[in-house]
Amino acid sequence: MGEVLVITSGKGGVGKTTSTANIGTGLAMLGKQVVMVDTDIGLRNLDVVLGLENRIVYDIVDVVRGNCRLKQALIKDKRFENMFLLPAAQTKDKTSVTEEHMKALAEQLKAEFDYVIIDCPAGIEHGFKNAIAGADHAIVVTTPEVSAVRDADRIIGLLEASGLESPKLIINRIRTKMVQAGDMMAVDDMMEILAVDLLGIVPDDDTIVISTNRGEPAVTDEDSKAGQAYRNITRRIIGEEVPLMSLEEKQGFLDKLKTLFGSK
Amino acid sequence: MAFSDMINKFFGKDQVANSKDVAKERLRLVLVHDRANALPEDVLLALREEMIKVITKYMDIDEGALDVGLTKSDTEIALVANIPVVRIKRNVG
Repeated sequence: MGEVLVITSGKGGVGKTTSTANIGTGLAMLGKQVVMVDTDIGLRNLDVVLGLENRIVYDIVDVVRGNCRLKQALIKDKRFENMFLLPAAQTKDKTSVTEEHMKALAEQLKAEFDYVIIDCPAGIEHGFKNAIAGADHAIVVTTPEVSAVRDADRIIGLLEASGLESPKLIINRIRTKMVQAGDMMAVDDMMEILAVDLLGIVPDDDTIVISTNRGEPAVTDEDSKAGQAYRNITRRIIGEEVPLMSLEEKQGFLDKLKTLFGSK
Repeated sequence: MAFSDMINKFFGKDQVANSKDVAKERLRLVLVHDRANALPEDVLLALREEMIKVITKYMDIDEGALDVGLTKSDTEIALVANIPVVRIKRNVG
């Protein structure tokens, strides 16, 4: 019996879909049977991030309406044959999916797969409640900004109230130079505020943009720092102990001078 | 002006707080407000019951007139309790 993980954040644009794609792909790279489910009905995106947008025939609404069998709607990845996507519907009525549907779907999928990764829409309404309905564990993605941390705190409260105890945190888009200059909250600052377990930290990295352009998750790119961060995260998900990656950057001459004169 | 201050000024750093400290303090306050607003009714009721248990060890109070609640201002949230005392017990503790 597999595990259902929901990836959520409250705020939009912090990297839920990117994290879903990288974690799902990372787990597939470790040989796990993985299915990713896009529950952002009307704003489907996981398909393009994974580069599978041209293969969609059926979607999640077709499955719950009985227009097709679940197996027919699952799209096999082009690189990993142990990885599948259940896409969101783009134009159908999103109220057609209910929490009961999602629970049943999660049960069916985890009977077949080691990991079911659910990409949650932004917000705390219907779509959020659907996405978390069948989940066993939650991963909260946030960035070092007041708006994202505030929403993460709200989401953690809602998850705990729904019985998804101790969600794990991913801090995304850390800009080391700004942290060093005292102009961005550091990992410790955010852990102090949110007081949950840390699953991983991901640096702000141009390779994410490039990999999304190509539809190939950064986790497959050996040279990508963000990819390394997601490889570490997936190993932690399967239970390995992996130390947090160092985001220290080599200091340039000016930085050294600033440090020398005590200016943070 | 000390030389290091001049250097700091040159690099655009004067005596103002780091912006991340500003962010942290603003977040702390906003989360106190958010969490207070999201506090379920039964949490305050449970708090009230436990307070009554503790206080009545030391004094008799008018439980019906007891008032416990969160008072919010822009800069802080306070837990305010108004507890009318009927009688203070003799020889306690």
